[in-house]
Amino acid sequence: MAALLAIENLTVAYDKVEAVRDVSLSIEPGQIVTVIGPNGAGKTTLLGAAIGLLRWRGRMSYDGLDLRRLDVEARIERGFCLVPEKRELFGDLTVADNLLLGGFTRRRDRAGLKQSLDDVYGRFPRLSERRRQLASTLSGGERQMLALGRALMSRPRLLMLDEPSLGLAPLIVREVFRIIASLRETGVSILLVEQNARAALETADVGYVLETGEIVHSGRAADLMHDPRVTASYLGGH
Amino acid sequence: MTGEIAAILAVDGIASGAIYLLIGLGLVLIFAVTRVIFVPFGDIAAFTALSLASLETGTRPGTVALVAGLAVLATLIECTALVRAGALSRLPRALLFYLVLPLLPAAAVWLVAGMALSMPVRIALSLALVLPIAPLLDRIVFRPIADASVLLLLTVAVALHFALSGMGLLFFGPEGVRTKPLVDAVFEVAGLIVNAQTLLIVVAAVVFSGLLFLVFEYTLLGKALRATAINRTGARLVGIRPATTGTIAYLLASLLAGISGVLIAPVTTIFYDSGFLIGLKAFVGAIIAGMTSYPGTALGSLLVGLLESYSSFWSSAYKEVVVFGILIPVLLWRSLSMAATDDEETEE
Ligand SMILES: Nc1ncnc2c1ncn2[C@@H]1O[C@H](COP(=O)(O)OP(=O)(O)OP(=O)(O)O)[C@@H](O)[C@H]1O
Ligand SMILES: [Mg+2]
Repeated sequence: MAALLAIENLTVAYDKVEAVRDVSLSIEPGQIVTVIGPNGAGKTTLLGAAIGLLRWRGRMSYDGLDLRRLDVEARIERGFCLVPEKRELFGDLTVADNLLLGGFTRRRDRAGLKQSLDDVYGRFPRLSERRRQLASTLSGGERQMLALGRALMSRPRLLMLDEPSLGLAPLIVREVFRIIASLRETGVSILLVEQNARAALETADVGYVLETGEIVHSGRAADLMHDPRVTASYLGGH
Repeated sequence: MTGEIAAILAVDGIASGAIYLLIGLGLVLIFAVTRVIFVPFGDIAAFTALSLASLETGTRPGTVALVAGLAVLATLIECTALVRAGALSRLPRALLFYLVLPLLPAAAVWLVAGMALSMPVRIALSLALVLPIAPLLDRIVFRPIADASVLLLLTVAVALHFALSGMGLLFFGPEGVRTKPLVDAVFEVAGLIVNAQTLLIVVAAVVFSGLLFLVFEYTLLGKALRATAINRTGARLVGIRPATTGTIAYLLASLLAGISGVLIAPVTTIFYDSGFLIGLKAFVGAIIAGMTSYPGTALGSLLVGLLESYSSFWSSAYKEVVVFGILIPVLLWRSLSMAATDDEETEE
């Protein structure tokens, strides 16, 4: 099967310092792929380059299209989205307006947008309760839900999530991973970046381990969970 | 000063405040969406007034040549960029937006300039003629350095102001103009004689700032503009192109400036370089509100208008000194309160 996202020999540098070096990975349609690794490994940098916010070298294609030729906005229009680590919400706009703008690329499909909005509110009842509130007044967990909901409004085919469980209470973390698993049921492919390695590997099909900008292990998520080299560093030993 | 004189001066001040308001709102809109402090923005108002005056006398406005030149230059830059990026499929669209659309009103004005036109037609033509100037300047000057610092963008905007005044002299000549009154009536409001033109200025300012508010509050376009202003990366991640919202901000703002140009042309003699001082006073009004708040800009502009009016009563030679003099304490206060909020942000 042709990969939905194919990354080959990707290198990303900040000035002279290479934060991602010679990374290759691919995602098949319908897969959940996770990239785990310690602080500063280059996970956020990898996603930033893939969505087109950073300069990069190497080859990347999405759905058979050369990503050199698509800017960020053109990726979004084609269903390739990112929920960034910083969330990048519109703080001075209401929750409802944030979601509305999430569907900006589908603005002519009014009926479809209404449907998606109901879906998001069904998935996150908290957002529905707070729809008139400004995004800046939300709690960490609610912001995370809003960021995810905003991305879902564009009806993505490939969704990249940068540490969706960051700073959330354990109960909400479980909820977030449940949602990620349920997204796959609706046909969304996912590239999941996480520090919570156990939960990520339990949810994903395929895993990659990134350390100081390079991929050091990769394989089926179920295998990585029992790989002693991975368990020792990331799963607190077994 | 008697109460009656005070009231007359207040009416005068409110009218000039209304003019500064329309231009100030545009300045804030452009700054919020593009981070550019568009120094030559007053020129857009002055060029509208000059175009309207030319159409009244049946001559071809210099704006036609100015717009044509800018359109050709912007088209060359855009097409070169597209060819370099290998995006040939986007050429027709670029030609439409940078060449055909800006040249349409210019061509229309060029054809009908000698004819006897009714006042609404002259006004509509002048507005349409001037609208593309700021977006084209944006494409030529600011788009290539869109990611630069606010300070660099401001420096370039100042340079652009000098270039534009030179072009103003070239295309419009050194003569001042004054257009025919839009309305010719006098009212008596609470024992005070008020000129209909003054009333029109105030009403227009209220109506058009109200419309701007409605656009921001109730349309997807308005929300996309605000989203770009709040978080550019966030906007890009939902598929909003900052370059596009920037162009829309320039167009909306130019419409406001153009309207203010139409409104002042009958009451003030306008020269090719009159826009600078008008724009600068609007800028003072906007700065009082920190360049970020629309209601604050409204109050700031009103304050500038009133100050100018009262100070010209005592000494018209010093009225500019008074207006720009208030800028110093305001900037001091602003920079102090801004330093305080900066600290808060780093603590986050
Ligand atoms: N804007 C930047 N300028 C310079 N260096 C940067 C920048 N952003 C990140 N880096 C460096 O690049 C490396 C990778 O950072 P990155 O944020 O991609 O790591 P990460 O795996 O996402 O870490 P975390 O788990 O903390 O989010 C780090 O060494 C970091 O210091
Ligand atoms: Mg990160």
